[in-house]
Amino acid sequence: MKEYRNYFFKKLGWFAVTLVAAFILNFILPRLMPADPVAAIVARMAQGQTDATGVQAIYEQYIELFATDKPMVEQFVIYVQNVLRGDFGYSIAEYPRTVNDVIRSSIGWTIALQFPAIIVGWVLGNTLGALAAYLKGNFDRLLMPLSIFLSNIPAFGMAIIMLVIFAVELKWFPVSGGYGYDMIPNNSPEFVWSVIVHYQLPFWSIVLITIGGQAIGMRSMAIYELNADYVKYARFLGIKDRKIIQYVFRNAMLPQITGLALSIGTMVGGALFAEIIFSYPGIGTTLLTASLGGDYPLISASTLIITIMTLIAVFALEILYGFIDPRVKAAQAE
Amino acid sequence: MKHLLGQIFRSGKFLFGFVIFMIIMLTVLIYPLLVEYPPLKTISRGTFLPPGIYVNVYDSMTFSESYTLILDNAATKRIASKLNAEDRQAMKEWLVIGAELPEDEIDVDDTAKLIDLWTTNFDPTVRLPGMTNADRNYYIRLTASLDGLLATEGATVAVANEDTGVLEEKYVIDQTTYVNVGEVPNVRVLPLGTDNFGRDVLTELIKAISVSLTIGFVAGTVATTIGLILGLVSGYIGGIVDDLIMFITNLFTVIPSIILLILISFSIGQEKRGAFTIAVVIGFTSWVWTARAVRAQVISLRNRDHVNLSKLSGHSIIHILAMDILPYIASYVVMALILQISSGILAEAGLSILGLGPRTTEVPTLGLMLNWALIYQAPLLGKWWAYFPVILIIALIAFSMNLMNTGLDQVFNPALRD
Repeated sequence: MKEYRNYFFKKLGWFAVTLVAAFILNFILPRLMPADPVAAIVARMAQGQTDATGVQAIYEQYIELFATDKPMVEQFVIYVQNVLRGDFGYSIAEYPRTVNDVIRSSIGWTIALQFPAIIVGWVLGNTLGALAAYLKGNFDRLLMPLSIFLSNIPAFGMAIIMLVIFAVELKWFPVSGGYGYDMIPNNSPEFVWSVIVHYQLPFWSIVLITIGGQAIGMRSMAIYELNADYVKYARFLGIKDRKIIQYVFRNAMLPQITGLALSIGTMVGGALFAEIIFSYPGIGTTLLTASLGGDYPLISASTLIITIMTLIAVFALEILYGFIDPRVKAAQAE
Repeated sequence: MKHLLGQIFRSGKFLFGFVIFMIIMLTVLIYPLLVEYPPLKTISRGTFLPPGIYVNVYDSMTFSESYTLILDNAATKRIASKLNAEDRQAMKEWLVIGAELPEDEIDVDDTAKLIDLWTTNFDPTVRLPGMTNADRNYYIRLTASLDGLLATEGATVAVANEDTGVLEEKYVIDQTTYVNVGEVPNVRVLPLGTDNFGRDVLTELIKAISVSLTIGFVAGTVATTIGLILGLVSGYIGGIVDDLIMFITNLFTVIPSIILLILISFSIGQEKRGAFTIAVVIGFTSWVWTARAVRAQVISLRNRDHVNLSKLSGHSIIHILAMDILPYIASYVVMALILQISSGILAEAGLSILGLGPRTTEVPTLGLMLNWALIYQAPLLGKWWAYFPVILIIALIAFSMNLMNTGLDQVFNPALRD
């Protein structure tokens, strides 16, 4: 267990460092840009205002509000203090709601949608890929082109196509939202049913785009393992096929878990677009309204939250990986 | 080199992808030579005109010779276009409930009788139970369209006299009058209709493909260059430089690149976001995978004998990297470039959907076209021509590039061959 503890603390340290770096990037990137974000916001706020002193007053008010006249280090300290207190300021597009309030109302939807969808897509994709490698023949010949095709449709394209087929043409599912527009969130069975019905299309569109790439990866991993020497040796020893397959898929699985940890950022990005197309009330849609409304504080907070969620997912996967892969223990014991 | 190219083009996957890509490329190159419409010109009043051939009615009346064709089913077709099976059924339903006629007396296939029954019995003021306003308007529209449906005479075109304002008969158009489309001076073919701004979708799409491919190419080149240099330096020099570069690379691997893109594009501001700027920004956020892979390969190469020999001969690091290591990973870099181009196109599309793409006035891109179609709710309105061709093209470009990549992979890595 000592080896595992070392591994855990090493990963935890890496997680903390990445978190801090992501945090700094989130703060510093917009400020490195040539354009003045405050000027952009003021230009939007002062649309139609002809009075130059009025515009100037708004500008100065915002400069003070965002404290962009202070040195960068001091700004950063203020920012850190505010974020630690959980204060992200006011949303511009949805004033007078605070950014906190907007994020709090959308983060639950995003977690409830993306987390299960990515897991289900990953499991289904891997199962199909492993089956294709093991069964070969027609199953493989059918599944592989389909997977290649699926993995080449961009996330937003898949969402739009599913929207048109299942919501607009067949009318099986509603076209947008997280629940009926005429409902107030409560615990009644009607509301729960409405949430379930609205959940299906965004969920399955994320699952479908996840399946393709995973199936392809798992298939080639499993084929590689099936041809490995230890499989032949095990066959010579007369070990049962079932037992061998267990070994094979466990070995083929490990790179897939690493792959999931490495590509979860991309997947989350794709899933955000599924939310946007279906106007699902999660962070993706919040990002869209924020970007269309020039809502700087909201964009900054949403991107930070998404980054943190991704980092936590990667961290959790690496911890899990340490449990599954015996080589991790061996490496730490050296 | 010749042998290698021969091998590459013998790979079925590569060839298939290459052909798809070349078809797209050639269309993009040849179409503007044949059709010289400006891609962003608004040509229609009203939005989302459906695909088809648009014939100028005025010209076909006045400037063209008219022909008489006696076709048997002309009248049937004319009636069917105004009164389809659904309309007939709806009329029957109304007559049964609203006018309380016995159901078996109404024959929906006997047009003359049906219209007769309808004109005598239909009353727009009657409200049936469960009828919405939309239903009511539908029946009123239907009634209006029935007017003159069974007429057999032609129509007369009259022109107002310039001096007196009195209408004077100018042409009589019989029901058997035809014009030859080839003789009408103003015919515009809109194979994909028009978009929400009333622009020709096909012309716009072709231009958008070329701009998007350029964006992808610039983004891919920037990303591959950065990734290659960082990977080479990190893998070959090792030590603290390697640690530092790997730290940055790992950092950018876990932070979703779309997040960085959103932050940067938003901060650049609408005014300064040109297609080229966006391409460079995309390149700067998507080099991590190339850097990782190049580093891994360089590490396996750096202790080979020929590299050591080069080192002993006193060659500089740059010389060693360029002459002794780069040739071994060149094939990989080409494959990475292909993937980067296709993911650059996807990234632009994603950014544009968020409204953070290139500014909208100068050039169309695939992403901007999707963005416009989504903002104007084309998917919900059933205007497939505004969004489906765009998605199809994006998927085809990604598909062809992936196929080429897989094909190259099999040529360069014999272990992967089936």
